[in-house]
Amino acid sequence: MKLNVRLRPIGFVAALLVMWHVAAKHQATPILPGPLAVAEGIAELAQRGLLLKYIVASLFRVTWGFATAAILAIPLGLAIGWYRRSEMALNPLIQIFRPISPLAWIPISILWFGVGDLAAIFLIFLASFLPLTVTAMNAVAGIPPVTVRAGRNFGLSQPQLVYRVLYPAVAPQLIIGLRITLGIAWLVVVAAEMIAVNSGLGFLIVDARNAGNRYDLVVAGMVMIGVIGLLLDIGMRSMENVKSLRWGYSED
Amino acid sequence: MEQTMATTSMAKTVMVPAQATKQTLKPKLRAEGIDMAFTRDGTSVPVLENVKLEVHEGEFVCLLGPSGCGKSTLLNVIAGFLSPTHGQVLIDGEAVRGPDPRRIFVFQERGVFPWLTVEGNIGFGLFKLSKKERAERIAHYITLVGLQGFEKAYPQELSGGMKQRLEVARALAVNPDMLFLDEPFGALDSITRLIMRRELLRIWEAERKTIIFVTHDIEEAVQLSDRVVVMSARPAKIQRVVEIDIAHPRDISSSRYLELRDGIFEQIGLAHKV
Repeated sequence: MKLNVRLRPIGFVAALLVMWHVAAKHQATPILPGPLAVAEGIAELAQRGLLLKYIVASLFRVTWGFATAAILAIPLGLAIGWYRRSEMALNPLIQIFRPISPLAWIPISILWFGVGDLAAIFLIFLASFLPLTVTAMNAVAGIPPVTVRAGRNFGLSQPQLVYRVLYPAVAPQLIIGLRITLGIAWLVVVAAEMIAVNSGLGFLIVDARNAGNRYDLVVAGMVMIGVIGLLLDIGMRSMENVKSLRWGYSED
Repeated sequence: MEQTMATTSMAKTVMVPAQATKQTLKPKLRAEGIDMAFTRDGTSVPVLENVKLEVHEGEFVCLLGPSGCGKSTLLNVIAGFLSPTHGQVLIDGEAVRGPDPRRIFVFQERGVFPWLTVEGNIGFGLFKLSKKERAERIAHYITLVGLQGFEKAYPQELSGGMKQRLEVARALAVNPDMLFLDEPFGALDSITRLIMRRELLRIWEAERKTIIFVTHDIEEAVQLSDRVVVMSARPAKIQRVVEIDIAHPRDISSSRYLELRDGIFEQIGLAHKV
């Protein structure tokens, strides 16, 4: 029974692959490479040593941009949420910046950082920063007043209150926010690499098209992006199983 | 902890002679002319009006009143979570300026920390003790409230009654002089509630804390307390204070019990018949 449930998504993906294969084989004009061609493309990239190099390049940018954003945005968001007045003051500003797509910052980031890793990292930072700030703000606002009162009642100093009550109380919400934001960061890295740099999975896609319409490699890049995104999500989700966090996800 | 010892002993040795001229038992707590108003949509809504209350050391006092009358607000003022608009609360002769670990507030079961185990919750306020002392305290209070075998369990895995006992244990573990309980058994089923009342009385008799207990349940108030403070609907005023002069364990079918209970029913304006 349990095995059956686990196999279900794999079976579904396999069925889709078969359908893709059949459809690609019977297309009148080639508009999409089939799964076998894509697999060959991935193998070719691996042979040329590009696959690992590009994946590492993309992950490197996401790691730096995302981690920097998390380190700065989470304390900021917690502080804003904790001091309600600062929330009133800063919220309009946040709401103005939030609808601006990170991609709209591409020209500016190239102007500031030139073409290279730094520009791409900056874009990922921007894409992650506001969502994480808002998550942290909302997480603080969602702490039941009873929890904070109980903490204060035991004579905790302000830093102790932050470390022993505020932080554990928001941790489950923060992890959800980190997971969603990591997904956004991974979306943005591809776009950033299409413009600002000459390595990475985003670059692979643009480069494969420009250098000879290698659509098998284009789709290979897309598949790799999807697979790595899935793995990142699984990694983040596994944190939700930590026992001291699980209370935040149950719906009783 | 040392501070607790110092202030209580000072209260006993220094403050008592100063007050002794009055020839009355010095109250542990004295609320003087408490007024409280909340501002809602620009208008001021009075919640408490000129509340005066004295509670003695080791006493079990119930604040009784209809839901939403302001009795919880009064308890929050006493505990230092809210500042009154007028008046002040003195405990051991000192004005209350904020929450204090010498006086622990017990909320409905939501007050336990969901990210800590039973042990972690009970040990929460014991950060100034050594590791060994902390472990001993935790073990002692786990036994006192009957949570043996659940040391490593998270609150999520406990029943409502167990969570409530856990919160009481967490409060007692820091050895406070006073406990403030805000309708602590309100969310429990009636059987668990009866058991919890008996448990609370057992613990109170063992530890002799001063307890202020907020409830809207007349039976509960008469079963538990030494005195019942009957409050009116909002803005809450103290209508009457009823002394419950029945020894524990109380026979809830005795004529005195029924007389006191019915007296309070009448006071609140409810006839004896449904």
